[in-house]
Amino acid sequence: MAGRLRGRVAGLVAGLLLWQGLIALTGLPPFLLPGPLAVAEAAHAFRSLLAMAALHTAAVMAAGFVAGSVAGCAVGLAMAASPALAARLRGPLLMSQIVPVFALAPILTLWLGYGMAPKVAVVVLVCFFPVAAAFLDGLDRPSPACMDLARTMGATRWRTLWHLRIPLALPGLCSGMKLAAAYASVGAVIGEWVGGSEGLGAVMLHANGRMRIDLTFAALAVLTVLAVAFHGVVCHGLDRSLRRFVPVPGGRGWAGEPRLSG
Amino acid sequence: MTVRLEGQVRFGGRALFAPVRLELAAGRWTALLGPSGAGKSTLLRLLAGLPVAGRFEGRVESPFPVALMAQDAALLPWLTLRGNVGLGARLRGEAVDRQRIDTLLDAVGLAARADSYPLALSGGQMQRVALARTLAEDRPVVLLDEPFSALDPRTRLAMQDLAVRLLAGRTVLMVTHDPAEALRVADRVLLLGRDGLEEVAVPTGAVPRGPADPALLACQGALLQRLMAGAA
Repeated sequence: MAGRLRGRVAGLVAGLLLWQGLIALTGLPPFLLPGPLAVAEAAHAFRSLLAMAALHTAAVMAAGFVAGSVAGCAVGLAMAASPALAARLRGPLLMSQIVPVFALAPILTLWLGYGMAPKVAVVVLVCFFPVAAAFLDGLDRPSPACMDLARTMGATRWRTLWHLRIPLALPGLCSGMKLAAAYASVGAVIGEWVGGSEGLGAVMLHANGRMRIDLTFAALAVLTVLAVAFHGVVCHGLDRSLRRFVPVPGGRGWAGEPRLSG
Repeated sequence: MTVRLEGQVRFGGRALFAPVRLELAAGRWTALLGPSGAGKSTLLRLLAGLPVAGRFEGRVESPFPVALMAQDAALLPWLTLRGNVGLGARLRGEAVDRQRIDTLLDAVGLAARADSYPLALSGGQMQRVALARTLAEDRPVVLLDEPFSALDPRTRLAMQDLAVRLLAGRTVLMVTHDPAEALRVADRVLLLGRDGLEEVAVPTGAVPRGPADPALLACQGALLQRLMAGAA
């Protein structure tokens, strides 16, 4: 564990040195590619701006991720419970993913104003689909051996759903939520680019416009750390709470199930 | 009232086997032997009222509710052993009889682990929980679909003994591809091939028969020769 961390730090330092060396060698002007030192200086100089922006982006990500996950779960569950509804919703669901979020973001801003709401809405749009798709997939493909048992045991449809299909689908749901957590930062930045003046996305856009590339890079670095940390926290929390639902190894029919770790 | 199945299964227009007539003797073990893909499990699933891959032409008389035990123990990792044994009651919305579940777990030798989760169990222990769950259903007809196929030989023998003892008095159909297993535990052995069902000679004596019983070994030898002739 400590060795792996040391390796990562070493890799980061090597990358930064290479970056600085490249600038020194090629003499690239700082408005095209600032060196890591210039970026660090900008990050220090604008630390309170970046901190406020990061807080805003983090709040947008968290709110959008939670709302998107809840909506995704609800839609996945409703579609699994009612095949008629599933057939009707499949088209509109796909449409919501085919239309680029970039195209929708300005409309959302028009409807929801310049506050946090349109940005959260973009994150919801981005997070919702992987959650709904993964949950529905898990609900629709329960272990055949468990379904045979439920049938011979005389289980009712709703009890089968509650006691078997939902718990069996939790590892799949977990994979979908991890994917959504990775996409949340993308959604937040798109939302911030399009509307309003808050958040890391807005900072990057304004800095770019004023040729403060060092600040753009600094905001990008903060965003990267934020996104990785968010994904890590979500994965850790999901793995911990769903520990019990990982299929029993060795049994037939479980071999292809995704593992929760990693 | 007997459990009876008549008919045949078609798969993509082709008959899987010639029309069969399968009747389970009440209170007895019937073993259904046959090569992989012969349709043994399909017959068992039809008796259980479960969906099958092919098209069934015929009729099933299964006047009793059945309990099912398969090769995959299908234990639920989020339930304790007690919860797994009581799954049927939970799925039907009935009150779970804790005392009875504990008695059954005791019968399969896992009373001490009633509150633990199945994750740490060995394959043999998982099948013992599955057997307790099957018994908890308390059904007159029990269908076993290769329940011990994935176990090592010693565990398999122990499980056969345990199952024969605990399922005594029930009408049992066991699907297996292991001739020795069929001849050890069953009162009647049927062989399923392309030509339908054939009766197989079974050693005399009470079940479970000893694995080294000379009569059993003689029957097994004759059966293996028959299987080889059939495959040629």
